[in-house]
Amino acid sequence: MRFFSHQRPEIPIVDHIKPDGSQWTIKEKLWLGLSSGDYFKQFFRNPVNWLMIAIFVIGVPLIAQRYIYGLDAVTHGSDDYPWGLFLGFGLFGMVPLSASGFMLGTTCELFGRKDFHPIERLALLNGLLGYFFAVLFLEVDLGMWWRLPYPMFVSLGPAAVLFLVAWHVATYLSVQIAEVLPAFFEWIGWLKGKRVIRKMVLGLTIAGIILSTLHQGALGALFTYAPGKVHPLWFSSNFQWIHFFCSSIFAGLSMVIVSSTLIRNFAGWRCDDHFKNSLDDITVKLGKGCSLAMITYLVIKIVAVAHDQEWDYLLTGWGSYYMLELGIGVILPMFMFAFGVRNNSAGLVRFAAWIAVFGIIWNRLNTALVCFNWQLYQEIPHWKEVWITITIYSLYFLTYRFIVYRLPIVYEWKGEK
Amino acid sequence: MKTTVSRRNFIKGGLAGTVAVTALKESSSQAATFEGYPDGMGVLVDLTRCVGCRSCEAACNQEQKLPPPEKPFDDFSVFDEMMHGQKRRTDETHYTVVNRYDVPGLEHPLFRKIQCNHCQEPACLTSCFVNAYTKTPEGAVIYNPNVCVGCRTCMIACPFYIPTFKYSSAFNPRIMKCIFCYDTRLKDGKPPACVEACPQEALTFGKRNDLIKIGRQRMVETPGKYEDHIYGEHEVGGTAWMYLSSVPFDKVGLDTHLPKEPILNFVKDFLGIVPMVLTIWPALFAGFHLLATRKDWLKNKNDDAHEEE
Repeated sequence: MRFFSHQRPEIPIVDHIKPDGSQWTIKEKLWLGLSSGDYFKQFFRNPVNWLMIAIFVIGVPLIAQRYIYGLDAVTHGSDDYPWGLFLGFGLFGMVPLSASGFMLGTTCELFGRKDFHPIERLALLNGLLGYFFAVLFLEVDLGMWWRLPYPMFVSLGPAAVLFLVAWHVATYLSVQIAEVLPAFFEWIGWLKGKRVIRKMVLGLTIAGIILSTLHQGALGALFTYAPGKVHPLWFSSNFQWIHFFCSSIFAGLSMVIVSSTLIRNFAGWRCDDHFKNSLDDITVKLGKGCSLAMITYLVIKIVAVAHDQEWDYLLTGWGSYYMLELGIGVILPMFMFAFGVRNNSAGLVRFAAWIAVFGIIWNRLNTALVCFNWQLYQEIPHWKEVWITITIYSLYFLTYRFIVYRLPIVYEWKGEK
Repeated sequence: MKTTVSRRNFIKGGLAGTVAVTALKESSSQAATFEGYPDGMGVLVDLTRCVGCRSCEAACNQEQKLPPPEKPFDDFSVFDEMMHGQKRRTDETHYTVVNRYDVPGLEHPLFRKIQCNHCQEPACLTSCFVNAYTKTPEGAVIYNPNVCVGCRTCMIACPFYIPTFKYSSAFNPRIMKCIFCYDTRLKDGKPPACVEACPQEALTFGKRNDLIKIGRQRMVETPGKYEDHIYGEHEVGGTAWMYLSSVPFDKVGLDTHLPKEPILNFVKDFLGIVPMVLTIWPALFAGFHLLATRKDWLKNKNDDAHEEE
């Protein structure tokens, strides 16, 4: 793409109108202003796309196998380990990483911090796609996936934690769609829709905070149904929901740092100068938020150990593993964030964000899989389960990239707004 | 004696009384104080009587129309089967399973049957977001496959590892678990098939309240024979199926670290914050918004005022 944008000044598209005065059609916008031949040329020149193709060539038949022959054929899901990677990574990992939407929505719209504005839409999109694909992961994992609306409309069990998760994720998905729609309306040129959303934005943002507090917490609370099965160090009847909610704050912020870094480095042609020039500054500010959320999280983690009198467990093998997780996943990035903020080093903050993202996925996998049934035996996921997980994650990546390339997410629309 | 109550007053009083009784009834059956249905049935399993004949497994298989087993029910080599270092457990073709336990210091092995224990306040039921589970007044915990979504949270929640899932089916999966033979027997007051099949009277069917008395009575009648505990009387808030044993219960594969309160109690901390967040957050954050943007608002107001001048 970089190659074309040097040759042709009218792309990347930032306006409804071409240099010659005619309008870009939606079809031309979808093709990024390229002829289909040029589009595929740039598509196949990119080695990442070849990797994607390789993943899908094996992954798609595996997904078909899951839907034709059942979960048994592709996963190690068992009566002892009902939940595997699809939920352990796809639901419990993706959802905290998607907290960015409500975090930046709150910062910009509710607290009026206009300095974060250049990254707000990216954070909202990151949130929307993360949730959407978490639901997609759920659809692969559910035994009767065609009954997804049942908890909403057919048979309601409102006293269950999962009921709350289902309703909140569904409502929050709609909220996030509404929050991302203005970018889409600008792009297609339907400004009336944008104005309608604009009027609701404070309501949407507050709804986002409520729904996020509850369902991020509820994902943690799901494990309080299994007091004897999750290792005591990863289990806390009182604090589980706070752990999950609090860690989702730095998870979401870190994920948006990672995502903006990738976009700036590999899709620089799509970013406008405003985005590029303010990104380092914003990254450091986000890093500050991360380090504050992390110290809070760390304290609550220690309080939970103290509250349940679990110090003895720290001396066991599980305890070492627990401290390793906290050390690498929380304490290390926390100090890196702090140093990065102090020295105004966006590079260090970015590095810390990568580690924090890894740390949060590690924590969720530990809670859902590694330390689950700690007194029985450890289950290792089937390779097909791993591959399907990667395939769906790749689909997430492609969708993400598809939208960022087109909609005014990391650049400002030059046409009517 | 001459009656002083007119017909009209009689009806009035009757109606008022009915309303009062209904209201009182409702207020006295709050979920917080629910201790199980008073006439719920249960089964007392006496491990000292079980000889490991597996008749109960065979009867269950037949009654519930489960597929024929790989090894016949009179094949006792199954007691040596191990999966992942664990003895046999319930699965989609076995609602109940008998295992052998060699207890050190005992010259003969002990056998323990496991099936759904039909908790008084079941974790599977309380964790289900489509209400697929029901605790019937007769004591059974039954399952409705027509609304189940297959999320398998009940399997996560069950402290006894009882519900199993038909992973092998892509188009018709469901949870498979013991239902106390509710459809075919229990609702007519009959004991489940396994109890009827037991040749040793190791399984005693009756009202749960009576079974606890029977268990205590056996302890009194044969001093020293039993552990001084009925497993299931208080575990996870009480279960309809209970166990008597001559050895500590962890020696026969029962989890002795289970809480004495329902699993739901561990979730209540979170459930308690839900109304708070739903009601307080909107006002709180709208307030934050007004505070945070007050300067802008004042500035706009001043600008407007200047323009008017």
